[in-house]
Amino acid sequence: MPDAPLPKLAVWKFSSCDGCQLSLLNCEDELLSIVGAVHIAYFPEATRAVVEGPYDISLVEGSVTTPEDAERIHEIRAESKLVVTIGACATAGGIQALRNWGDIEQYRSIVYAHPEYLSTLATSTAIGDHINVDFELRGCPIDKYQLIEVLASHLQGRRPRIPTYSVCVECKRKGNICVPVANGTPCLGPVTQAGCGALCPSFARGCYGCFGPQDSPNAPALSDQLIELGMTNDDVIRVYRTFNAEADAFRAESNRLQALPGPSKQGAAK
Amino acid sequence: MTSTTRTLKVEGLRKLVEELRARGFTVIAPTVRDGAIVNAPIESIDQLPRGVGDQQDAAHYRLTERADGAYFGYAAGAQSMKPVLFPAEELLWRGKRDAAGAFTVQPASNEGGPYALLGVRGCDLKAIHIHDAVLTSRGFSDAHYAARRAGALLISVTCGSPAGTCFCASVGTGPRPSEGYDLSLTEVIKGSSHTFVVAVGTERGAEIMDALGASTASEAEMAAADDIAKDAALNMGRELNTDGLKYLMYANAESSHWDDVASRCLSCTNCTLVCPTCFCTSVEDVSDLTGQEASRHRVWDSCFSEDFSYIHGGSVRESPRSRYRQWITHKLASWEDQFGMTGCVGCGRCITWCPVGIDITAEAAALRGTPSKARK
Ligand code: SF4
Ligand code: SF4
Ligand code: SF4
Ligand code: SF4
Repeated sequence: MPDAPLPKLAVWKFSSCDGCQLSLLNCEDELLSIVGAVHIAYFPEATRAVVEGPYDISLVEGSVTTPEDAERIHEIRAESKLVVTIGACATAGGIQALRNWGDIEQYRSIVYAHPEYLSTLATSTAIGDHINVDFELRGCPIDKYQLIEVLASHLQGRRPRIPTYSVCVECKRKGNICVPVANGTPCLGPVTQAGCGALCPSFARGCYGCFGPQDSPNAPALSDQLIELGMTNDDVIRVYRTFNAEADAFRAESNRLQALPGPSKQGAAK
Repeated sequence: MTSTTRTLKVEGLRKLVEELRARGFTVIAPTVRDGAIVNAPIESIDQLPRGVGDQQDAAHYRLTERADGAYFGYAAGAQSMKPVLFPAEELLWRGKRDAAGAFTVQPASNEGGPYALLGVRGCDLKAIHIHDAVLTSRGFSDAHYAARRAGALLISVTCGSPAGTCFCASVGTGPRPSEGYDLSLTEVIKGSSHTFVVAVGTERGAEIMDALGASTASEAEMAAADDIAKDAALNMGRELNTDGLKYLMYANAESSHWDDVASRCLSCTNCTLVCPTCFCTSVEDVSDLTGQEASRHRVWDSCFSEDFSYIHGGSVRESPRSRYRQWITHKLASWEDQFGMTGCVGCGRCITWCPVGIDITAEAAALRGTPSKARK
């Protein structure tokens, strides 16, 4: 192979738990070939070395929750050829987007001794709400093989093979026994995008929806079935309001359930 | 001698499995895993689900206990034999780039088998023959399927206890398999007598029976087996009126009923992936980061996935309404034009394993404007 300069990769962090970046470090066996294929120019979680932009690929973890975040993300976009968001925070606002249903002033005064030192936005929003994103990689955390696939496809100039169908497809291909049907366990798999390899159902647990909505989600129909399996309306609102609470289909469904007549302990619909 | 019906006792069934293994077969048979009947390799009849029954309804599956110690006392399990003969994921080839940049391709070898498929239900047996027609009798034969299928020995069973979602009697595939098997067992339990009445379908099957020294079935034993099949046929949980079904489906291509189904359907693909006759796949290419190695895989796909109908410019079936219509119309109508047979064998899996219990027999009845028979 001719010695063309390796593409420069940067990894950026916004509001997040670092779990998705750890998935990258967790690539153990594949890490060497990643290092051989790209030049890691900025990745504070892994190395202190900093190479100035512009960058060929920017991986962005985390959501926008502060005024600084909202500015910094535009700088990153300007310096990057390709922006790939990684994980539920960057793609849908993450679990911290639950604040979007609450009162930020109240949280501030209860949680912090000196709220006046704190500069924060009232919402947690996805990176895609602020800039154009070239590819969104789902998951809480992301799946390392999917990350490698996105990098490999970009390096080879082809479309990434990241399916957008439901978790059920992976479940059935693996030969899992369906947990709601055979055990009455509530499962979000039918409305959730594949990518995790049907991890939870493989251990006889229901899917928690951490990869966000599949391409054709019918959440209202699934809600009816979850209630049939014994969940209360509030329980169902809660399962949609976790890692991907602000993903369109999940937000719309939790708000729809919220607006139904009857008692509810959940916060008001937006 | 294929016409002579034989009998085996429980010890004879044990010897049958031993004999098949001694002849080099991988014996695939029903077992219990994760609260369901799952076909898997067995070494002895002790791994069969003895004394296990099942209860099935729309979106509902539970195993139950049976006091009679039957070995085959349940209906269609979680999957047919499809995952054995037509696996969910199959490597087609691997490719490698050498130092000079040339690419070499290595076709995948077929591993496993030959298979002896034991305990195949009438519905699932018919599904295998449908797959034979679909996958091997047209312009291009599926080499992987054909190789597995060629060596396979088929030992079917009569369903004595149909489930709430079964309707094989409506489509003529069961409860007793009528053809297309090497051997076909009917389990007869009366008091302390536990026998298997064995119909012999091929010379190969007859030869195995001879090797086991299986006795000829008595008139009374054959009559008992007939009764079991007759009772089971009267005990179907569901029913499908096949009268003019193809035309009914075509006439309803623009029915507003599809919107009603779409409001309930999750586009989750489960119905197609448990269906023993669905054969749709897509091809996936995987390459490593350096671009030096690649492999091509064939994986199960489904007309319920949006990407499945993606062509230049977009997906042909964007709406879930059009996807459900495609599925049921293909199963009950266009399959006939395509392959000269119906695409539904009445196993009821799509009803049981649909997470919201959408029922092919009820939807067909709704299009006809008649009430459906759903046993609750
Ligand atoms: S266990 Fe959940 S994800 Fe798996 S097939 Fe059933 S509903 Fe789908
Ligand atoms: S359409 Fe349903 S009942 Fe018919 S063969 Fe397929 S899974 Fe069985
Ligand atoms: S019903 Fe759908 S998945 Fe099944 S064979 Fe027809 S097109 Fe394929
Ligand atoms: S009919 Fe049922 S199993 Fe099939 S895609 Fe719709 S919800 Fe899923």
